[in-house]
Amino acid sequence: MKYSDIVHRCFRCGYCKFTDDYQEFNCPSYRKFRFDTFAPGGRMWLIRAWLNGEIENSERFQEILFSCATCGSCVEHCAFTFRDDLVNIFISAREELVNSGKIPPAVRDYFKGISIQGNPYRQPAKERGAWAKGTSIECYNGHEYLFYVGCVGSYDEIGMRTARAVSTVLTKAGISMGILGEKETCDGNEVKSLGEAGLFQSLAERNINMFKELGIKKIITLDPHALNAFKKDYPDLGGEFEVIHYTQVLASLVESESIKFNPFPAKVTYHDSCYLGRHCGEYDAPRSILNAIPGIELIEMEQNMENSFCCGGGGGNFFTDILGGGSDSPDRIRVRHALATGADILAVACPQCARMLEDATKTEGVQDKLLIKDIGEIVSECLTGLKR
Amino acid sequence: MSNIRERLADIVGERFVSDKAEDLYFYGRDPGLMPAVHPDWVVLPETVEEIQGIVKMAQMEGIPVVPMGAGMSLSGLVIPQKGGIVVDMKRMDRIVDINEKARYVIVEGGTSTGRLNAYLNKKYPRLRFSIPDSPAATTVAANVMIHGQGRLTQQYGFNSDMVSGLEVVLPSGELCRIGSCAISNEWFSKGAPLPDLSGLFLGWFGATGIITKAGIKLYPRKLLRDVEIFVTDSPDFIPEIIYEITHTEMTEDINIFSQPLPLIFKDNHHVVIYFTGDSEEEIEFRKKTVFHSLDLFIRNKDGGFMSVGAGMKKSLLEMPQRNASTFADVTKGGGFEYSGPIITIDKYPQCTRKLDELAHKYDLKYHGTARIIGRGHAMMFAFSFTFNRSDADMLDRTRKALHEASQYALSIGGVFWKPTIDEQKMALQKMDPEFARLLKMIKTNLDPQGIMNPGNWESK
Ligand SMILES: Cc1cc2nc3c(=O)[nH]c(=O)nc-3n(C[C@H](O)[C@H](O)[C@H](O)COP(=O)(O)OP(=O)(O)OC[C@H]3O[C@@H](n4cnc5c(N)ncnc54)[C@H](O)[C@@H]3O)c2cc1C
Repeated sequence: MKYSDIVHRCFRCGYCKFTDDYQEFNCPSYRKFRFDTFAPGGRMWLIRAWLNGEIENSERFQEILFSCATCGSCVEHCAFTFRDDLVNIFISAREELVNSGKIPPAVRDYFKGISIQGNPYRQPAKERGAWAKGTSIECYNGHEYLFYVGCVGSYDEIGMRTARAVSTVLTKAGISMGILGEKETCDGNEVKSLGEAGLFQSLAERNINMFKELGIKKIITLDPHALNAFKKDYPDLGGEFEVIHYTQVLASLVESESIKFNPFPAKVTYHDSCYLGRHCGEYDAPRSILNAIPGIELIEMEQNMENSFCCGGGGGNFFTDILGGGSDSPDRIRVRHALATGADILAVACPQCARMLEDATKTEGVQDKLLIKDIGEIVSECLTGLKR
Repeated sequence: MSNIRERLADIVGERFVSDKAEDLYFYGRDPGLMPAVHPDWVVLPETVEEIQGIVKMAQMEGIPVVPMGAGMSLSGLVIPQKGGIVVDMKRMDRIVDINEKARYVIVEGGTSTGRLNAYLNKKYPRLRFSIPDSPAATTVAANVMIHGQGRLTQQYGFNSDMVSGLEVVLPSGELCRIGSCAISNEWFSKGAPLPDLSGLFLGWFGATGIITKAGIKLYPRKLLRDVEIFVTDSPDFIPEIIYEITHTEMTEDINIFSQPLPLIFKDNHHVVIYFTGDSEEEIEFRKKTVFHSLDLFIRNKDGGFMSVGAGMKKSLLEMPQRNASTFADVTKGGGFEYSGPIITIDKYPQCTRKLDELAHKYDLKYHGTARIIGRGHAMMFAFSFTFNRSDADMLDRTRKALHEASQYALSIGGVFWKPTIDEQKMALQKMDPEFARLLKMIKTNLDPQGIMNPGNWESK
């Protein structure tokens, strides 16, 4: 296994599972399961035991490995120099399990959906652009940017709502961009994080070839997970594009005072998506947009930015739900964090977070108290147009 | 012994009990060098009643019960020597109550030192406790259980001396309060003016009961902290240096370290002196007093203060010090362990020479640390060796070096701190037989079946 020369270096000291003030456990799977085996240190020791033949690839082992949300909180908080590789190590171990053919059924089904239909929803490819009906967004045709929507934005009801809002806002703001519609296929970020390296490579190569054929140089992503794949993994496969998240586009429009807003009186708290924040290092753009809207009072949750608590959807868990369920599931915990601020809107910048958290408000029975809104939606509700 | 799993699940809930190979593997070992022994079950209780239920059931069935905090004491104290149930305490992590004016806090038995520290920082910035340099995940109850030491140890003694009350589940499953809280709602004293029964539990490694709540004394937190390092190249001066510094009563904490790498530290002994104050003037006054106390050494060129760079200062002032853990990666191998006897400070030169000798003999990387306990009443001297977990030969050499260090410490009057099972045996053999008999009497009376963390403090 890749990184097998590192796994023995974990001291299992546990710094990885905390926030940086040590007030809270910030590893979502440890926070839910509470066995040390579900913390990063536990995974490291078990991967080593498995490589050494001391334990087998059992259902429990799979649950332990695949419940990692790849949120990167351990990378942020581990005390050791190999910290940058922690998530990569867990992904590599998943790869080994995938190669051995013994993986949780939900993971297998996810791969099947992607390899057969090009999306995990098992929906026809021609429905992929359906979300755009009624909007003025065009199909990509030499525009400055490709607006890459991703599977969740294309097929999930909340994702589609977000995609519509963001595309409307950006188009209104005069950004030249087009979509791929039915030609779009999965970016592969979750495929990779779930350990299907081969499938990821073929998806990435397909996307890269298509982007190149269409002359695409710049990409705006709806989903931070796609942003991560395009920025971090595609270049190694020859896909060098200028990639940016839509909140970054909006933030620069705010900064250059190119857009203006009507008052939007609300108490808002913002949930950092792990893939926008910890993985891609963007904490400011979403906040600068919210802060620029008159009437919004932005209140931070205690666990924010580098210490943000994952909604539990990362690392493929959005689709496999291995980490979900019960009152300690990360999405429900996160909703409680948001409620504790007294905010009436929990703003997000990721369609996966939006879906996870909106479902959690329902399970918690607080959907009347706390609205989940993507920043794109908030902006679309108060944007008055371009400044002269 | 039938249906134990189901009965445990009835007590703590299905989600919080496991007999799965992965959990038994992990909870059967710690990061130190003691051999692994797998438990049969791991449970994660959340309430006192659940712990009582577990212990009562275990008592009925004669099953061993081993409480565990973060499992970071390194000397195998949470390894279930005879299998049975490992009770991971970390779901019991609430801060139950605080009495600001009487300066004590009551925490549950699995509350981490990191969490308590964060809580005080946020809510009571004028209060602090004696935080050890163990990882933030380590628990307050376990730390006092093993007579740990922390930042205030030089002023107030062992962290267990700072306990202000206990709630314990006895081996019978009954719940018992120890100290003032036994007759009052206040947790200000673990013993006096009553007979101090905390000694029936502290230092026993869970072999006489499970701490479900601990009262911990809090102390004034000054606005400012600073650190200076006095360096000498001769270990022989250290006892006198410490005598002089402790005489001033001006310091928060005093640690000494020596290590061969990086080279700037080689052959020197670094006395790390911590200061606190509510103003720059107060800190300056304290520093000046300490500087004066060391005048003679400076004039004789036997030592001097080194300049401490901002990076080093930051790391030294951190609580807990994260780089105490990263010593485990010096050989890129994820392990370190220390034999840490409590011993008088006049033995510092011998200990440090022995450490050097053992490191050479066994070809190991080392680090010597001493933490001053009280006004120089004793010190914890850590013979620390770092090892590569995947190098079997190095593991063996480290075990031998640690064993020799322990034997040596015992021979020069040291007393083992958080001893391994083997060290406990060595101690039991050497101690006053009447003391050993008393230990046995207490253990047999409290835990006649010997189910609580068996193997620990067990004499024949
Ligand atoms: C890098 C590093 C630095 C360290 N620095 C220090 C230091 O500065 N000062 C210091 O004192 N120690 C230090 N230690 C040693 C040790 O980690 C600490 O003392 C720590 O507090 C132990 O806590 P734990 O929760 O890991 O204990 P564990 O190892 O989980 O438990 C220790 C013992 O207590 C028992 N126990 C645990 N919980 C309970 C309970 N609720 N009731 C009854 N028995 C219980 C266990 O059975 C075991 O016998 C250090 C260790 C490391 C690795």
